[in-house]
Amino acid sequence: MIRIGIDVGGTNTDAVVMDGATVIAGVKAATTGDVMTGVVNALKAVLEASKLDASAIDVVMIGTTHFTNAVVQRRDLAKTAAVRLGLPATASLPPMVDWPEDLKAAIGGTGYLAHGGNEFDGRVISPLDEKELLGIAEDIKAKGINTIAITSVFSPVTGDFEKQAGEIFARALPGVHITLSSDIGRIGLLERENAAIMNACLRDLSRHVIEAFRKAITETGIKGRFYLTQNDGTLMDAAFAEKFPVLTFASGPTNSMRGAAFLSGVADAIVVDIGGTTSDVGSLHKGFPRQATVAVEVGGVRTNFRMPDVFSIGLGGGSHVVETGDGIKVGPTSVGYRIVSEALIFGGSTLTTSDVVVAAGRAELGDKAKVAHLKPEFIERTQARIMSMLEDCVERSRLSPEPLPVIVVGGGSILVDGPIGGLEVIKPNHFAVANAVGAAIAQVSGEVDRVYALAEIGRDQALADAKDRATEAAVSAGALRSSIEIVDVEDVPLAYLPGNATRVRVKAVGELHVG
Amino acid sequence: MSDKGYLLKESDLLPLSIGAALLGTGGGGNPYVGMLRARELIRKGAEVRVLPLDALPDDAWVGEVGGIGAPVVGVEKIEEGGECYRAMRAVEETAGVRIAATISAEIGGSNALEPMIAAAYAGLPVIDGDGMGRAFPEVQMTTFFIYGAKAAPAAIADEKGNVVVFKEVIDMFWLETFARGVSVNMGAAAGLAIAPMSMEFVRRAAVPGTVTQALRIGHTVLDARQKRQNVVERVVASTGGKLFFTGKVTDVRRELVGGFARGHAHLTGVGDWAGSEARIAIQNENLVLWVDDVPVIMVPDLIINLELDTGEPITTEVLRYGQRIAVIGLPVHDLMKTPKALEIVGPKAFGYPELTFNPLQPKPVVA
Repeated sequence: MIRIGIDVGGTNTDAVVMDGATVIAGVKAATTGDVMTGVVNALKAVLEASKLDASAIDVVMIGTTHFTNAVVQRRDLAKTAAVRLGLPATASLPPMVDWPEDLKAAIGGTGYLAHGGNEFDGRVISPLDEKELLGIAEDIKAKGINTIAITSVFSPVTGDFEKQAGEIFARALPGVHITLSSDIGRIGLLERENAAIMNACLRDLSRHVIEAFRKAITETGIKGRFYLTQNDGTLMDAAFAEKFPVLTFASGPTNSMRGAAFLSGVADAIVVDIGGTTSDVGSLHKGFPRQATVAVEVGGVRTNFRMPDVFSIGLGGGSHVVETGDGIKVGPTSVGYRIVSEALIFGGSTLTTSDVVVAAGRAELGDKAKVAHLKPEFIERTQARIMSMLEDCVERSRLSPEPLPVIVVGGGSILVDGPIGGLEVIKPNHFAVANAVGAAIAQVSGEVDRVYALAEIGRDQALADAKDRATEAAVSAGALRSSIEIVDVEDVPLAYLPGNATRVRVKAVGELHVG
Repeated sequence: MSDKGYLLKESDLLPLSIGAALLGTGGGGNPYVGMLRARELIRKGAEVRVLPLDALPDDAWVGEVGGIGAPVVGVEKIEEGGECYRAMRAVEETAGVRIAATISAEIGGSNALEPMIAAAYAGLPVIDGDGMGRAFPEVQMTTFFIYGAKAAPAAIADEKGNVVVFKEVIDMFWLETFARGVSVNMGAAAGLAIAPMSMEFVRRAAVPGTVTQALRIGHTVLDARQKRQNVVERVVASTGGKLFFTGKVTDVRRELVGGFARGHAHLTGVGDWAGSEARIAIQNENLVLWVDDVPVIMVPDLIINLELDTGEPITTEVLRYGQRIAVIGLPVHDLMKTPKALEIVGPKAFGYPELTFNPLQPKPVVA
């Protein structure tokens, strides 16, 4: 199977062509303001480098930070209504209570509290009130809002109220977009509600973006299907991605970590992805990034959907290097994508980390003569500073005293030379485009999340049934049956419910099946 | 500070919650939701006045209130808002008294905020003090109980309007048992109010000035961050505490014992402590610090772990390998160090029979 992986980052759009497990070609193109021009350019360039015809491509996988950036930059966000089910509980804090004012204003700041919600053990806090919800629907209609986020107390345990309320709104407001919080986040009401609201406000944008990707791909003559990668490193098809744009939020770091594991052949490691402005550091466990356990802020809002636990610092190939009274300061300011005009080696006037590395004779980049004046002692101290910054991050990402290797990827990998904090450093081939490789190798998943009465069928049978259902879900999402593995099993007894009720969650992952 | 105390401003709430998290000594729950709730009330015009211990007459009544339940429920089923207030009103009615001010059982963690929220509902002031000067896991571990406060009448209230009154309860241990049980039936998030105490008693039994202390610590942390100063150094200087160790977490072991996650964190020294090793016993809170096998801080004195670079308080549940932390010791108030108090909150009470409490010596506070 021939596939193209694309990673649309803030600075670069990377693309690779892969035939099975072999990287045929990899390119970097500048990300453009409209994104699509950059994607088309990267697609054309990588096809040319691979010497393949567009018709040979079976499938295109795209990882994008487009939706994250829309939230961070407060642009293209739709007016959204947040409806929370839980009264009389939760009345003390309305939806969006902890949002930055500008973001709240950008989506209209419309929130409603209604009856509903469950206790931790599934009991009802108060029944759903259809009349109350129809009244809210009237108000939403009057405000001209066409996207709604519904959150119910303890919906990750019992999602029925969210579903029922969604149906009521769908009947009352035909054509409205509805996001249910239990489809996105975990326990932690405000954070899950925030994630649902963010998803809802991106729904108009997601339709445009998916359509534009489709057009960009068609323009280059590729006939194959296309997918977007999500936070956990698996694929979603265009229709799903349109409904759940928020699930792409952390796909960038996930893709680079998955790509690093694939290219190096090492499944347990610390991954350092060095870009132009920042370095992302995370820990890789069995080929997948470790997930964050606490709330993660996006655009100033606390959210709790599953994201890789990645630590970022302001250190990249374009970071400013300044001598201060306290020693040498590196970053967090950076010339970013303007490195090609502003760094000394490219004839600019800003001293960057890349200049120092070139002066040290460790990379062939730009004009070495332009950094000949840097003193060896200064070069050495700067390099020591860079390594100590990386060592700190790597230390924070380690989970145990086990001496794991450090895989270094990304365009800024030239900054690293030798071991970090005594740990072996691996720089795999194609390190500069590891994130696009991570997108290209993304797999297909299927999940179930059901409550079984173990008194009736027993634990073994319940788990077997859940695994079958997850496998079928993965197959129907496009996975090759013979490649499917069960990667995650979780069973949680629900206290105070009759029949030994247990919530079972199973995730199956397999290779994409084409043809 | 005048006799009239001071009004809490919206801008005090973040520092208050930072200070409360720090005084939580690794436990006490996250004050984030409580901070938001107090902020909403103050934005709507509620006034919360913090009163010094000598502001009210001896015969005034003070109500201790706090949240009870499971922390995981608290972040999902957020309060209706009036839970503690309704419990407090039920206690007043049963006892036949009018409460003149509220007070916190523990200044460390989320329960620092609950008395202020109840006070905002009732239009009452809150007393500048609490029953621990820190955080401990159970209702009976307060100076109020240690020095003879009554357990009953007490009341527990949920978000739906249910209020259960405990008219006669023979002691705080029974109250802890009953209140836990009812709180589970109420969905494991409820408000608890304990028998009113006379101001004369509170003046003798409460750890004084702890609201102001939490506020001051929080302001110090924020100020140090803003000025890019060393947060740990500023906290040490402004609390009268002492830096006992800086190190990297090299191992964390936990096991479930009697419903509590107990365990140890091991640290390898960095900076001035390079070459030394340290160990911290943890339950909900940090209990004992050993440096090179010598016990140097123990309950009830405060063992505070701060992230070395940011000064962020580290709770025991997020301790993990690779974190670089500063361990600060802070002497607890004398009320917590009497023989009577040590029976309840000393090292022996927490399962360290071999340790005899060796108190930290107070140092001057640098403003």
